[in-house]
Amino acid sequence: MTAPLDVPGSATEADPEAVLAGADRKAIQGRSLGQIAWMRLKRDKVALAGAGVIIFLVLVALFAPLIVKFLGHPPLEFHREKIDQSTLTPTGAFGGMSWDYLFGVEPLWGRDIFSRIVYGARISLLIAFLATLLSVVIGTVLGVVAGYFGGWVDTVISRAMDVFLAFPLLVFAIALAGVVPDQAFGMSGDTLRVSLLVFIIGFFSWPYIGRIVRGQTLSLREREFIDAARSLGARGPYIIFRELLPNLIAPILIYATLVIPTNILFEAALSFLGVGVRPPTPTWGGMLAEAARFYTVPHFAIFPGLAIFVTVLAFNLFGDGLRDALDPRGR
Amino acid sequence: MVTYIIRRLIGAVIMLLIVSMATFAIFFLVPQLAGATPEGMASRYVGRTATAETAKLAAERLGFNDPLVVQYGRFVKGIVAGAEYDYGPGVEECPAPCLGYSFITRQPVFPDLMNRLPITLSLAIGAAVIWVVMGVGIGVLSALRRGSVFDRAAMTVALAGVSLPIFFTGLVSLLVFSYGNPFSFAAQGGHYTTFLDSPSQWAYNLLLPWITLAFLFAATYARLTRAGMLETMNEDYIRTARAKGLRESTVVTKHGLRAALTPILTVFGLDFGLLIGGAVLTESAYSLPGLGKYAIDAIVNQDLPKVMGVTLLAALFVVVASLIVDLLYAVVDPRVRLA
Repeated sequence: MTAPLDVPGSATEADPEAVLAGADRKAIQGRSLGQIAWMRLKRDKVALAGAGVIIFLVLVALFAPLIVKFLGHPPLEFHREKIDQSTLTPTGAFGGMSWDYLFGVEPLWGRDIFSRIVYGARISLLIAFLATLLSVVIGTVLGVVAGYFGGWVDTVISRAMDVFLAFPLLVFAIALAGVVPDQAFGMSGDTLRVSLLVFIIGFFSWPYIGRIVRGQTLSLREREFIDAARSLGARGPYIIFRELLPNLIAPILIYATLVIPTNILFEAALSFLGVGVRPPTPTWGGMLAEAARFYTVPHFAIFPGLAIFVTVLAFNLFGDGLRDALDPRGR
Repeated sequence: MVTYIIRRLIGAVIMLLIVSMATFAIFFLVPQLAGATPEGMASRYVGRTATAETAKLAAERLGFNDPLVVQYGRFVKGIVAGAEYDYGPGVEECPAPCLGYSFITRQPVFPDLMNRLPITLSLAIGAAVIWVVMGVGIGVLSALRRGSVFDRAAMTVALAGVSLPIFFTGLVSLLVFSYGNPFSFAAQGGHYTTFLDSPSQWAYNLLLPWITLAFLFAATYARLTRAGMLETMNEDYIRTARAKGLRESTVVTKHGLRAALTPILTVFGLDFGLLIGGAVLTESAYSLPGLGKYAIDAIVNQDLPKVMGVTLLAALFVVVASLIVDLLYAVVDPRVRLA
């Protein structure tokens, strides 16, 4: 807002704001896009409920040892006395549910289902978050590069994304998780399996983010403020980091939130199939796989299933709400 | 139009090449990167019980010591022209489309795959019919009556549907509708009768898997169709069509749905292609002996060539499906032909 300095006379002295001085000043108040989005999000009770559940689950995962210490039994501890040795199913009604064992006990070994669910949240959320982070990083970098530079770079990256999206993902992931030996890359045990799953899931889901980022970059690139930056002498990296990326945060955030539930389902699926994190480490998918062998004890399947469902639903609700708040067109 | 088809065909061939490389990388490169020795890899092929000496001999004979390029060449040659494996006691033959040779069962994998394919195909086709009809139908109705009770109810169910893992719904459906409960009308898992033997028994056994699988996809398709319809029904040409005095049903089906369906067609092609390459989760949940179950059982037994066979076949299906979709696209959407 620089006014030409050498303009004399009354033109600059006229104060257009003065007209509004008498009007209700509060009606005109600048709001940033973030504030507007936050206002919309605050009105969306369903999305807020989703966010609440997510926070709750994260806290549960963080404080799992504490929760289990007060409300359950160690997740790997056997309680054979809770098992009817003739049928190998839990004694007592509803699969041995009581104040002592909130969700009952597993058939065969009598491990506390509640504790295993609580600890399962750790694996599930850890893998989902890290995998999403990985896919966001890869997807953003490649998407921006493809969209900004265009030409053959764009062609190569776009083709690569098509190829990834058309891959028989699950079968590939199973194969990949299956061929890696128990000790590899200087890691072993749970660390190896978790890193492996993060890598597989993140590596295969980046094109979802990449496509969105590329599309947004393509349209942003043509906008005036980019031209302005360029005419002021800004170079590629400056434009990408200072001009493009801040405008990409909203779509990236939305799709990251919507990729997390997919990744949770993916991890659960791999664990269910026995190629995820290895037992006895508790995972929701793994518990469902074991439950499938004990259909006489339905509660064994219900709790891990519900845990997956509630978690995924919460992320979906929050993601949908976030999208509506930040980008109301798609409503 | 012709150039479009040729370009798509070339794209499909390139895709197949990439897929073969990726598969090769998973089964031959990744284990090496992970620190497996050629002997170690060979022992996974000849069975875990093999002695160190046999493993070493097998590694030599199977060529795990050769450079990667040579190994990849042999891998592709096996697929195209067949392969022979000389791993010690004798020479094993693996005829033309050699997608793998199981050293545990001492059989080429391809015939096995062809035996399993009809099961997965039956599952996929039946489910696809249900989910397309349900998903698109509900999506269109929801979009036309946006904000109504029906819309909200349908979208809530759809959201729940996309949040439920199929191995859980599968399990619950078996618990409720099978296993001798009061509602049990459906077959227990693990049974399959071929269509030619008894069409009714075939459908009876597959009913539950069909519904469960279709529910998951119908939810996704309803959401997609609704979003697509909402977008197209706001287009100017819809207003033009209405202004011309066309009946509302014509406007919705011929002008609205046709445009909204094209992106769904793409998704459908991919989904269906992926599914016939092995509905791994559904087949595991219902113990259906299809391609996916075959792969999973093989993983459990560390019979990697079988997994490799399924992977290659699955990739082939996806490539062919997306090729067909691309060609259909040209028929459905005239704009593509001009491009």
